[in-house]
Amino acid sequence: MSTTTPTSPTVPKTPDAPEADRAGARPRLRLRDRVEAETIGLLLVLPVLVVVVFLGYVWWRQTADLDSIERSALAWPAIREQIVHHIELTVVSSVIVVAVAVPLGILLTRGPARSFAPVVVGIANAGQAAPSIGLVALLAIWLGIGFWTAILALTLYGLLPVLRNTITGLDGVDPTLVEAGRGIGMSAGAVLLRIELPLALPVIMAGIRTALVLVVGTAALVTFIGAGGLGDSLVAGINLFRFKVMIASALLIALLALLVEWAGRVLELVFRPKGI
Amino acid sequence: MTTPQNHAVSGAEITLDNVVKRYAGQRTSAVDSLSLTIPAGEIVMFIGPSGCGKTTSLKMINRLIEPTSGSISINGEDIRTKSQDELRRRIGYVIQGGSLFPHMTVARNIAIVPKLLGWDKKRIATRVDELLDLVGLDPARYRDRYPRELSGGQQQRVGVARGLAADPPVILMDEPFGAVDPITRQRLQDELLSIQRELHKTIVMVTHDIDEAIKLGDRVLILQDGAKVAQYDTPEAILAAPANDFVDDFVGSGSALKQLTLARVSDLEFTRRSTAKVGESSTEAIARAEQAGDAAVVVLDARNRPVAWRFLRQLRRHDTIQEGDWESLVTLDERATLNDALDTMLTSGHGGAIVCDGRDQYLGVVDFDSVTGHMRAVEQEAAVHQEAAARHNAVEDDGLTAPEASV
Repeated sequence: MSTTTPTSPTVPKTPDAPEADRAGARPRLRLRDRVEAETIGLLLVLPVLVVVVFLGYVWWRQTADLDSIERSALAWPAIREQIVHHIELTVVSSVIVVAVAVPLGILLTRGPARSFAPVVVGIANAGQAAPSIGLVALLAIWLGIGFWTAILALTLYGLLPVLRNTITGLDGVDPTLVEAGRGIGMSAGAVLLRIELPLALPVIMAGIRTALVLVVGTAALVTFIGAGGLGDSLVAGINLFRFKVMIASALLIALLALLVEWAGRVLELVFRPKGI
Repeated sequence: MTTPQNHAVSGAEITLDNVVKRYAGQRTSAVDSLSLTIPAGEIVMFIGPSGCGKTTSLKMINRLIEPTSGSISINGEDIRTKSQDELRRRIGYVIQGGSLFPHMTVARNIAIVPKLLGWDKKRIATRVDELLDLVGLDPARYRDRYPRELSGGQQQRVGVARGLAADPPVILMDEPFGAVDPITRQRLQDELLSIQRELHKTIVMVTHDIDEAIKLGDRVLILQDGAKVAQYDTPEAILAAPANDFVDDFVGSGSALKQLTLARVSDLEFTRRSTAKVGESSTEAIARAEQAGDAAVVVLDARNRPVAWRFLRQLRRHDTIQEGDWESLVTLDERATLNDALDTMLTSGHGGAIVCDGRDQYLGVVDFDSVTGHMRAVEQEAAVHQEAAARHNAVEDDGLTAPEASV
């Protein structure tokens, strides 16, 4: 009788009060508890899908009846070089995007600079609303064609999601936690590095993934300013009326995009702080 | 350190001198010339209607808010002589809900300030375990957990541990127990009191709960709008003699009932009920209980801790007295308030509550009669006082009016 009452108002210093027991019965946090089942499914299915479709492409490439132009356009050394180049464009511009957008986002959530945030996000929004092909062409007219012009165009294009998510993520951190950090004697910089950024990281990483996918798709267009990538064989297929080449390269671009999306999700998971 | 009568005091005196906080664009000051001395080693409760400036006053002590004018000093040293961060590392800060950092384990949350102060790893680890013990959480079980794996009360405990981490002389608490359920709140309050009995810090706590203020405070500061001091005194004095109508309204009409939060279980007389040791023969225990006229027996373990409260019919089922679980038995600490005691009795099937001392040793049983008896005695005493005071006043009045009458 007396042992069944679940509430015990005044038993100071008993290590395991009933309240503690309830929490104690809960299992420790596992990956499965922290990440939705949907995400895990996507992480497992995506690479399998990419591999299967790519094997299908290889089989088709070996067995299909191709003319000499198609054969040379889809020759493995050429395609491999284009893929490598495409990845290079994506990675270099994404690294620059992160290096620019994250500090800029941090700056725009600090003190007086906060009031500029809407203006900067507005400009970035407008930049993204402009057609990507137009941005690429305009920059080429201004700076000439080449790799670094392509990188600049891709960087500008990928900037917005990372910038916006950095600002959103930092603004989303519970202000009482920031005050708690300051109140116990952490400096403003320590609060930023050890509390705000870790807590905002999931949102920032989601922005980076979005940027990656945007950039890998847009990188197909920089062939027009001679910067290479898988866009080369795509455009060749269109110009030469070789639909097999066109569809094959479009497929490869899509596969690459899926792979990058997958990598982005893996990064998100890896960088997600424990406990949230 | 400044109160000679108690050498164990590790707290520091805080003085506020004509402190004013005025926000730009507001006509009235949030805090209007507050002067106050908070004695070392005491718990001082700030209470008042919302927007009266109590939280602002608290946050000025650790410079989360800078005063417009006036000065604040801790142990005679002006708080502006050190950098904000340095100052705050020497002042514990506990906020509602604990405000733990969700991406850090319990141990890392507690270790933040010691790390900032450059303690070595081993000292920090020892300190973390010591503090978890102090707030009633098993270190082995809780140190590596994340805040979201804890209940609200446990999070708040860790929040208190974090505030105590670097052993600061002064601890500021901003409605620390506002976000937990009433029963957990009572327990946290009791724990804070027993921690304070050991540590003798200077604790400044903001609350909106007058019962909490009376229960925890060595002194209570009642503030009106603009942080004007309505009364600053011991809870007993405030209940007995409210300084003005504002305090009277604030403390409320049921001040006789408020006495319940002021009186402790140890003020009551315990009744000795029949007890039995685990493992002894049931028939003997039953015989003793029947002789004493008790329907139930308090079962004690070898360490004299109560483990169960069983009716005689339950005892008859076994030849010897069976073991019970002392962790799940609801008992009362002798330092609990009568308010808490009544709560516990209401949930008990025996119409009473088992009282233990600080080390869980059995002391006796209290029941409704002992509480109402105590209340009646207090009331009678107060009535006698009032009568005496009235008679005294009447005599004085006579003395004053008599000469006039005779003229």
